[in-house]
Amino acid sequence: MSKKVAFLQGNEAAAYGALYAGCDFFAGYPITPSTEVSEVLSIELPKTGGAFLQMEDEIAAMAAILGGALAGAKALTSTSGPGLSLKQELIGYGCIAEIPCVVYNVMRGGPSTGMPTGPSQSDVMCAKWGTHGDHPAICLVPASVQETYEMVIRAFNLSEKYRTPVLVMPDEIVAHMRERIVFPEPGEIEVIPRKAPTVPPEKYKPYDTSFGDVPPLATFGSGYKFHVTGLNKMQDGFPTTKAEIVQAEEERQVRKVVANTDDIVEFEEYLLDDADVAVVAYGCTSRSARYAVNIAREQGIKAGMFRIKTFWPFPDKQIKALAGKVKGIVIPEMNLGMCSLELERCAQGKVPVLGIFRVDGEPINPDQILAKIKEVI
Amino acid sequence: MAFEYEKWLRPGKLPHIWCPGCGHGIVMKGLIRAMDTLKLKKEETAILSGIGCASRLPGYIDCCTLHTAHGRAAAFATGLKMARPEMNVILVGGDGDGTAIGGNHFIHACRRNIDMTYIIMNNYIYGMTGGQFSPCTPTGHKASTTPYGNPDPCFDIVELAKGAGATFVARGTAFHANQIDKLIVEAVQHKGFSVVEILDDCPTTYGRRNKFKSVVEMMNRLKEIAVPVKAAEKMTAEQLQGKVLTGVLYKDVTKPEYTAEYAKVIERAKASK
Repeated sequence: MSKKVAFLQGNEAAAYGALYAGCDFFAGYPITPSTEVSEVLSIELPKTGGAFLQMEDEIAAMAAILGGALAGAKALTSTSGPGLSLKQELIGYGCIAEIPCVVYNVMRGGPSTGMPTGPSQSDVMCAKWGTHGDHPAICLVPASVQETYEMVIRAFNLSEKYRTPVLVMPDEIVAHMRERIVFPEPGEIEVIPRKAPTVPPEKYKPYDTSFGDVPPLATFGSGYKFHVTGLNKMQDGFPTTKAEIVQAEEERQVRKVVANTDDIVEFEEYLLDDADVAVVAYGCTSRSARYAVNIAREQGIKAGMFRIKTFWPFPDKQIKALAGKVKGIVIPEMNLGMCSLELERCAQGKVPVLGIFRVDGEPINPDQILAKIKEVI
Repeated sequence: MAFEYEKWLRPGKLPHIWCPGCGHGIVMKGLIRAMDTLKLKKEETAILSGIGCASRLPGYIDCCTLHTAHGRAAAFATGLKMARPEMNVILVGGDGDGTAIGGNHFIHACRRNIDMTYIIMNNYIYGMTGGQFSPCTPTGHKASTTPYGNPDPCFDIVELAKGAGATFVARGTAFHANQIDKLIVEAVQHKGFSVVEILDDCPTTYGRRNKFKSVVEMMNRLKEIAVPVKAAEKMTAEQLQGKVLTGVLYKDVTKPEYTAEYAKVIERAKASK
């Protein structure tokens, strides 16, 4: 039997990807350019018996998915820049209380209202540093409609596996462009369920590290009763100010992601084996970068591309290795140099990192990237 | 035989954080008596709160408890209730948490008429942060941030809830302790969004700035200003000056409840497949 094929935009694909992953709860607030996710799920979720909520504001939508997730739901919200800013308070809550959920954020211009219909890649730092305090961050950046679908599934998997909010962040171009998408069969892509407690309710502790850095999460209403707070907490979920416990818990919350960087980080290497110049790119910009690399190769320039698929945790190890191999790194991005700073950190001065930064709402063209590749040679 | 509060309290979590003379403990006891009367199952009862002194209450009670972020309890609760409509959902919090930073979530939860009960302990002040004025601090009164008297008009929580669409609205006071559980019982039994405002006292940060000499004086004030809604019917406007009505002040059983309405959405969606 041939697989089902459709012609979809990124946002629509995200909604169908969520359904594949078993998403049964959505809460959102209308915001361009991500509203199509809400619109598709408002049609599809009730058909599966799932809950669709349009809340009174962005913060409420984030609160609702955390409440739903604690009651056992696989929960999603979608938003864009200004909404991501508003949600930061409760993304932090999700991190400290360790509640799995997925935040789909379409990157548009900013700061503030910026350019609501224009593409951007300027939320990538907000994804890690937006909420206050030390916390883990997982952020995936798709470059195609197919990949948006698959990354939303992966985001649900990672959120359940590591018991933390996960962000999927396409730029507006990927979110709104239409491409052919091939739907996987049921069971073709693994869907990771929540790790349920193996102890009876009277012995259950929501942050019991005897089960490892990611303790099982029971759900409200399933016979388990426990306490959840946004305060620094002990293993039983109750607040504490004891220095050694706070230190250990904060470190564990970050470690559970950082120590599993190899499992979480995904990337694509394109013509890098013999490359003198590496273009590091993500999202829509990687499509221009691929084109530019191809032209460079035709002109006899040994260029390649490293495509970031997992932005956080950042692929430190891979970029460090890359910096030891090439003569220079080119980073085109639709902000004023965010990924660039991470690359410089990883390159440790071994090779120059040349940026192409656009924040005018126009995509970065292959000829701009090609010109920068030639600056390295 | 004395009522056994202990069976509803989490072992080892007392003493509570509240100051001597604070009425929050009276409200907590009322809530416990109400849950006992209703024979609620602990595993099927979620108690949520925001941030503030009153919001520490869920941590003491042996149920499914969620101490959310400042003002956000109603929004978390909406998600939880939609995911598990069969759960009993009770919210607790203070006046600042519920009507200032949480004001938007509060009015929209009222509007949706989603089945849960919100107990607001109104002590007219932000107590935990040291006594700044809240949207419920009476005009002219002193707070740590209104040293010359509060210039702000204040909310009437009962009218706010009614206006926003809540279908059960009641008011009691921390002085009238025996009425609290009765109001909560009726509120929880009501199918829809129910609001119970409990006028409370904060001797530490409100009382001492506003010339209350003692907790007893604050409690006596609650006793004096409260007029049961039935008694008020026989009183003149002049007699009601400076008084507040207590009891069940509003009840509407005709407005559809939200989770029931959403169940119909699911039916319609499934029929459209």
